Amino acid sequence: MTAASLGKDLVGLEPLSAEQIQLILDTAEPFKEVSERAIKKVPALRGKTIVNLFFEASTRTLISFEFAEKRLSADTVNVAAAGSSVSKGETLVDTAKNLEAMRIDMVVIRHGASGAAQFLGQRIRSNVINAGDGKHEHPTQGLLDMLTLRDRFGRIKGLKIAICGDILHSRVARSNIWGLTKLGAEVGVCGPASLLPRHVEELGVTILPRIEDAIQWADALNVLRLQLERMETGFLPSLREYNRVFGVTSDRVAKAPKELLILHPGPMNRGVEIDSDVADGPHSVILPQVTNGVAVRMAVLYLLAGGAPDWASDGEGQR
Amino acid sequence: MRPILIRGGRVIDPARGADGVADVYLQDGKVAGVGRSLGSPDDALTIDASGKVVSPGLIDLHVHLREPGQEDLETVASGSMAAAAGGFSAVCAMPNTDPVTDNQAAVGFIVSQAQRAGKARVYPIGAISLGQKGQQLAEFGELVGAGAVAVSDDGKPVVSSHLMRTALEYARTFGIPVADHCEDPTLSAGGAMHEGIISTRLGLKGVPSAAEEIMVARDILLAEHTGGHVHLCHMSTRGSVELIRRAKENGIRVTAEACPHHFTLTHEQCEGYNTNAKMNPPLREPEDREAIRQGLGDGTIDAICTDHAPHHYDAKEREFDDAPNGIIGLETAFGLAVTELVGTGVLSLCDLINRMSTAPARIFNLPGGSLAPGAPADVTISDPAAEWTVDPARFFSRSRNTPFGGRRLTGRAELTIVRGQVVYRREGDA
Repeated sequence: MTAASLGKDLVGLEPLSAEQIQLILDTAEPFKEVSERAIKKVPALRGKTIVNLFFEASTRTLISFEFAEKRLSADTVNVAAAGSSVSKGETLVDTAKNLEAMRIDMVVIRHGASGAAQFLGQRIRSNVINAGDGKHEHPTQGLLDMLTLRDRFGRIKGLKIAICGDILHSRVARSNIWGLTKLGAEVGVCGPASLLPRHVEELGVTILPRIEDAIQWADALNVLRLQLERMETGFLPSLREYNRVFGVTSDRVAKAPKELLILHPGPMNRGVEIDSDVADGPHSVILPQVTNGVAVRMAVLYLLAGGAPDWASDGEGQR
Repeated sequence: MRPILIRGGRVIDPARGADGVADVYLQDGKVAGVGRSLGSPDDALTIDASGKVVSPGLIDLHVHLREPGQEDLETVASGSMAAAAGGFSAVCAMPNTDPVTDNQAAVGFIVSQAQRAGKARVYPIGAISLGQKGQQLAEFGELVGAGAVAVSDDGKPVVSSHLMRTALEYARTFGIPVADHCEDPTLSAGGAMHEGIISTRLGLKGVPSAAEEIMVARDILLAEHTGGHVHLCHMSTRGSVELIRRAKENGIRVTAEACPHHFTLTHEQCEGYNTNAKMNPPLREPEDREAIRQGLGDGTIDAICTDHAPHHYDAKEREFDDAPNGIIGLETAFGLAVTELVGTGVLSLCDLINRMSTAPARIFNLPGGSLAPGAPADVTISDPAAEWTVDPARFFSRSRNTPFGGRRLTGRAELTIVRGQVVYRREGDA
């Protein structure tokens, strides 16, 4: 009995302690098994109502959250910004107050503005879970990446993880940096200098200037999706050159001094940031990441709803 | 008009280097005399200023009064009342109104609204370009004829160096400064705060210091080239201060202003996505704040201005990216300046009055800034030792957007006289 609860909201991994992150990962372990059953349902959130409020398009994250909610027996409603009152100019604070008035229990929000999840959480009594806010954080992605690493290596502490690609615009990168460093991993960031945020080294990460450096250094690469509009906005010359200089190719991976794990939060641009033979190859844990995503989200929903951590303790240490 | 005798205050007049206990006698809208134990006619209003500071009225070169166009946020009347309550006897209103103050009728409207309100003086600043679109020069001659004291496209940078050059040249004809909002829009586009470690952590697009400094450097070069007078608005970075310092050493006609929030706060204020810390230029780093203070201390930065920018509370009650820039400042500026600059030894009280009254008057060639006999009877009586807590609910401004609510300050205006008439007297004052 150590770890505190998570509090009301999960807006990011930056505000969490190592113990809280550990608690989520440990709680996810028994939930993995639920998804392997013939009847994939436990009654943990029966009677709870959850709104999935997605202001940005999403397939994977939305479906993953929805499965997590349904496998916990919650009642769920999906709201997409297009076609809703939001498209009629309603402000986020009004949307929040209206949801509150319908007495919902939890909101899962994805929004294009950094800070939107925190903003919502400060204004409603319901639990708020950040499913990605602007360039700020995507905490459940960070958690599922960590769970996948822990599955493969049996630990996080001491691992060397290189996050590769567009760090500047990436909420996945920020959540990974916070979560991994809190659990004692070494984090490197690798990408064109035009896509590295200012003073990023002050977050406790090592800058790896070239992809070859990252491959030499790391136990695992987390390869970020390259947003295709970065060319138009002048951050990069071309996709072709990006692949030539920063692409994770099988030739480069073959030169790794140790067995290298490859993660990718998806959706992939095959042939841009990652080559198909790497993505589909033996080093890739891209699909196990997706499987873990459901378990991690079940754990977060369960803990925020007030579930006792002990319930999950039979899964601890069984990796 | 009833004469006024202000008795026994500490009279600070930077224009004459005077600082000592004296009486000030105001008659017919002018300073009639300053001296010991002045007599006065029986009908004079006598104000006891013992223990207080009597100075020329404060002058703010940079406010947004929102009229015409956004009168729900502020009006000339409410803004000039807020100014008086902050100890300002005069403010200069930026032209980014709706419609833009880019013609003599618009300038005349603001002048007449200010006269009707009868509080602090309001001097309009005309636009540099028609509609602030950055293309065609506005009619500076007509603007000045109607009462404009400077030109600026503030809120928007003058992107075209050619336009800035011709504005500086053309403004020389009328003896007015060109006030520039220094920002390279290709570097600042989409930016919501200062680019640094905090913007990296919050995942907000940053505005690098270079976005300001590039334009400061350009404007200095153009001022040198044209011989025109460029006035640089709301300086926020250490690099800008250094550029201005060197330009002044080289005798270039450049003047500059800085805002209380830039010498008080840093980008850390944006933590938690605090939209009342969102402004343009953004709050910068501790080293920048220190450089602004040093610049005010050594005169590199001539004037303190507020960039008073009223916004409705619900405009700030939203996502950081979408919240508007700016805070109000008229009713906190003097207290912040005394607390942060005099209280820390950066400026003497006399130097502070210079930065907030005498220097602004000189830069924009305004009446006031002096208590010499014959000067306008614009006087601020302040208590530099008064301790108070900022309570936005008590502001005279129509807006409440300030990051300083609840802050303890030292120094407050007690009474403001404009044109020989008391336009503000703090409630409860003896």
